[in-house]
Amino acid sequence: MKTMTAIAAALAAFLSATSANAATEIQWWHAFTGRLGNLLAEQVETFNASQSEYVVVASHKGNYSETLNAGIAAFRAGEQPHILQVFEVGTATMMAARGAVMPMYELMAETGTTFDPGAYLAAVAGYYTTTDGEMLSLPYNSSTPVLYVNRDAFEAAALDPDMDLSTWEQVGDALDALVAGGEDCALVTAWQSWVHLENLSAYHNVPFATQDNGFAGLDTELAFNGPVQVKHIRTMGEWARDGKFIYTGRRNEGGANFRAGECALFTESSAGYAGVKANAEFAFDIRPLPYWASVEGAPQNTIIGGASLWVMEGHDPEEYAGVAAFLNFLSTSDIQAKWHQDTGYMPITMAAYEQTRASGFYEQNPGTDIAIIQMTAKAPTPDSKGLRLGSFDQIRSIIDEELEAVWAGDKTAQEALDSAVERGNRLLRRFEQANR
Amino acid sequence: MGGMVEKRGFGLILTHLGLIAGIAVLCFPIYLAFVASTVTQADIVRPPMPLIPGSHFVENYRNALFSGMNAPVWRMMFNSMVMALGITIGKISISIISAYAIVYFRFPGRSVCFWLIFLTLMLPVEVRIVPTYEVVAGFGMLNSYSGLILPLIASATATFLFRQLFMTIPDELIEAARIDGAGPIRFFFDILLPMSRTNIAALFVILFIYGWNQYLWPLLITTDPDMNTVVMGIKQMFPSGDDYADWPVIMATTMMAMLPPVLVVVLMQKLFVKGLIEQEK
Amino acid sequence: MEKRVTFNNRLLPYALVAPQMLVTAIFFFWPAGQAIYQSAFIPDPFGLRSLFVGFGNFEFLFSDPYYLASFQTTAVFSSLVTGISMGAALWLAVMADRVIKGSGAYRTLLIWPYAVAPAVAGVLWLFMFNPNVGIVSWYLKALGYDWNHVLDGREAMTLVVVASAWKQISYNFLFFLAGLHAIPRSLIEAAAIDGASFWKRFWTIVFPLLSPITFFLLVVNLVYAFFETFGVIHTITSGGPQQATMILVYKVYADGFVGQDLGSSAAQSVVLLLVVGVLTVIQFRFIERRVHY
Repeated sequence: MKTMTAIAAALAAFLSATSANAATEIQWWHAFTGRLGNLLAEQVETFNASQSEYVVVASHKGNYSETLNAGIAAFRAGEQPHILQVFEVGTATMMAARGAVMPMYELMAETGTTFDPGAYLAAVAGYYTTTDGEMLSLPYNSSTPVLYVNRDAFEAAALDPDMDLSTWEQVGDALDALVAGGEDCALVTAWQSWVHLENLSAYHNVPFATQDNGFAGLDTELAFNGPVQVKHIRTMGEWARDGKFIYTGRRNEGGANFRAGECALFTESSAGYAGVKANAEFAFDIRPLPYWASVEGAPQNTIIGGASLWVMEGHDPEEYAGVAAFLNFLSTSDIQAKWHQDTGYMPITMAAYEQTRASGFYEQNPGTDIAIIQMTAKAPTPDSKGLRLGSFDQIRSIIDEELEAVWAGDKTAQEALDSAVERGNRLLRRFEQANR
Repeated sequence: MGGMVEKRGFGLILTHLGLIAGIAVLCFPIYLAFVASTVTQADIVRPPMPLIPGSHFVENYRNALFSGMNAPVWRMMFNSMVMALGITIGKISISIISAYAIVYFRFPGRSVCFWLIFLTLMLPVEVRIVPTYEVVAGFGMLNSYSGLILPLIASATATFLFRQLFMTIPDELIEAARIDGAGPIRFFFDILLPMSRTNIAALFVILFIYGWNQYLWPLLITTDPDMNTVVMGIKQMFPSGDDYADWPVIMATTMMAMLPPVLVVVLMQKLFVKGLIEQEK
Repeated sequence: MEKRVTFNNRLLPYALVAPQMLVTAIFFFWPAGQAIYQSAFIPDPFGLRSLFVGFGNFEFLFSDPYYLASFQTTAVFSSLVTGISMGAALWLAVMADRVIKGSGAYRTLLIWPYAVAPAVAGVLWLFMFNPNVGIVSWYLKALGYDWNHVLDGREAMTLVVVASAWKQISYNFLFFLAGLHAIPRSLIEAAAIDGASFWKRFWTIVFPLLSPITFFLLVVNLVYAFFETFGVIHTITSGGPQQATMILVYKVYADGFVGQDLGSSAAQSVVLLLVVGVLTVIQFRFIERRVHY
């Protein structure tokens, strides 16, 4: 009898031990819904089905700000996920969070995973890399602003939809003609600060902030009230006053208007392609973002927006092995190429870009390679690598407020940008003080 | 003007008209929401939307209830119910016994307790959100019912009310009870509680509405959409990116969010009005 | 006021008071104390470090013109909400009081917005005034007025004021109605016999007799406008455009939880604490006097 009990006990212990070897769960918190959310879920399913050691569980937590705050709150409560999708403006916050985040290069080193930083597109990964070239987070969805053209609207206003729109000077003329031809909504934009100030500065190779836009030190100061930026905002303010530029909101409210066919031109992320293609009932083109021909050094290159995946501290080594495996999975060519083609986000590796090109995708979908070309045509300068500024979400809100004052005619462009610089600098000093 | 002195017909008609106008202004937004919850998205997106209810009632409400946007509405209603009832029952229970102790017992520290309670009056949770949040997080109570409920029963408004009530209860009752040999517990259950019934009921209504309609606090401590309450969950149904707002579903959710407190107010009107007005005496 | 007769148990009172004291100590006094303590620090959002700055957070706040503007915004907002909701409620109560038959029905129809959460009120009014699909904004556009509260600060303020006041009218109405019912008919009739007109009666008799209730409602409405309207602001404007509707309580949330600047948020909480403290003192001073009426 005793032996039976012993065997039973051993069996039970063995069974519970094997069930304890059930897949390690990896929590990934993200901000995607709708179409993007479905594509993300598909990636997760593919990974889970391809092996049995790890199970990735993806949870939607709200928009980018809400997701970041959820991650921070969870960390304070000791319930943080393994992977957190953080938008690019949160990079400085995450970088400063020593002890809360585990940089990519450290993760890869600790888990002994093979990892080749050179395989990643410099223009994309550079935003999330230290000045020494160490990768901190994995770029997940990166895009850059481009110009969408509603060909039908151009024709309706008796304009040639193939007309050259490479420069803002030319766009200005087009707007005049559009409005004269009866167009109510000639130009709309999304993410005004990102497109018309941050990218404007990089594209024209002028600083957005000192210290290499913040890469070189916490004592950075804002500098986007320079002549190039003031001129651009002043011009846009005049367009707003004349009804050529219709301001619809700080985020992507303008997308709805453009997709409904109400507007002729739309400056927005290259990743908006998927939505436009799905919903637009008109012929459209993708063109490079315009630049000011009168500025020497333009066009330089545009910078990315979007989000990256950060790994959080406080988990077990075996879980981190799974995280590393998943991140490597996401970097594989097939996955990257498919993600790029489905969404319009940039591929993060050269290999994925080559693969897409070889498959003839760019011929079949003209304009979808503009984003990459725009970003990689020239080697980035210190002013066009990207931004690394603390409290940047709040600074963007400040910029949005000041720009709204310009569109409403309450302030001149110079006043608004000066005010934004002053207010933003206060936040930067506070961030510096807290993170010295 | 307890009652009109001149009952001139024309003045009376004007008065009625004025009242009806007031009611119309008060009710129109809700009527519109109801109509919006019974039509399709297409009807709304091309204004002007229809002003009479449509035929998609079942479809929209079913959609909202069972799929919602990030959490199904039935789940959110359930969370709201737990939170509202928890706050109501919790607050009434601890307050009534607390007030009982302060009024009917002499014990060292009694006036300290009384003043501490007094201090918490009218300092709403909004003034202490950050540290309360940290305390709750420290206890691991984020995304939990206890986290939703406990900080909202911490203020002693109900205790104060019961104290005022007990003060008005004649001393003869307690003397009679003592003569009968009843101890404090018997006195509480047999005499005090029944006498407080209407006040408890009125307070129940007020606290239920207060609890159900909480917004800022649930917003802060729930990051898991499954723990959303319906009132705070509505805002999250608005899109943050490129999606359209699904107005019929949002409006259906709004109607459902309003339903329990409105029902409580309307059905228990007398009690509720009495409770509101007397609590301020 | 003290009870002359009490029970004599030793331990029971402590047991009875304990739950309340415990909850209040943990979830009220401890956080309130923490708020004051933390206002002297700049914590890192992840909770890993804390930098002592003494009055630094307060200096930062009071040198920010937008914070000071937020005081003004809050004052304007609260006055408007209070004024409109009390005025409308008084008017409705006066009329409901004049009507004998059906006043119960009117009361039922007028009190239920009390049950609507401020956030829900916000959604309802947002829906009506949405620049794209709102029915009211559509009719305004048809009349030639382009309503867009997303861009225009005054329109945004108007919308949040109306949504907040709308909800509060019922509450005020109930109290005014009760107050009106409590006025002795004999007083009114005597004045009518003396030949006083409706308005004269109102200003010389009714309004003064309503003043305790009016004062009480004033304080309650102010507190409502200060704090409970968070839901309205959050659902309609999020403090915009250009911080036109950034009331103090919303700023505490926006800076602390969205902007992750917990030091500034804690300092703002302390300031709010002081403001409410003053309001509370005023109300209780007054209530003490009322007891002697």
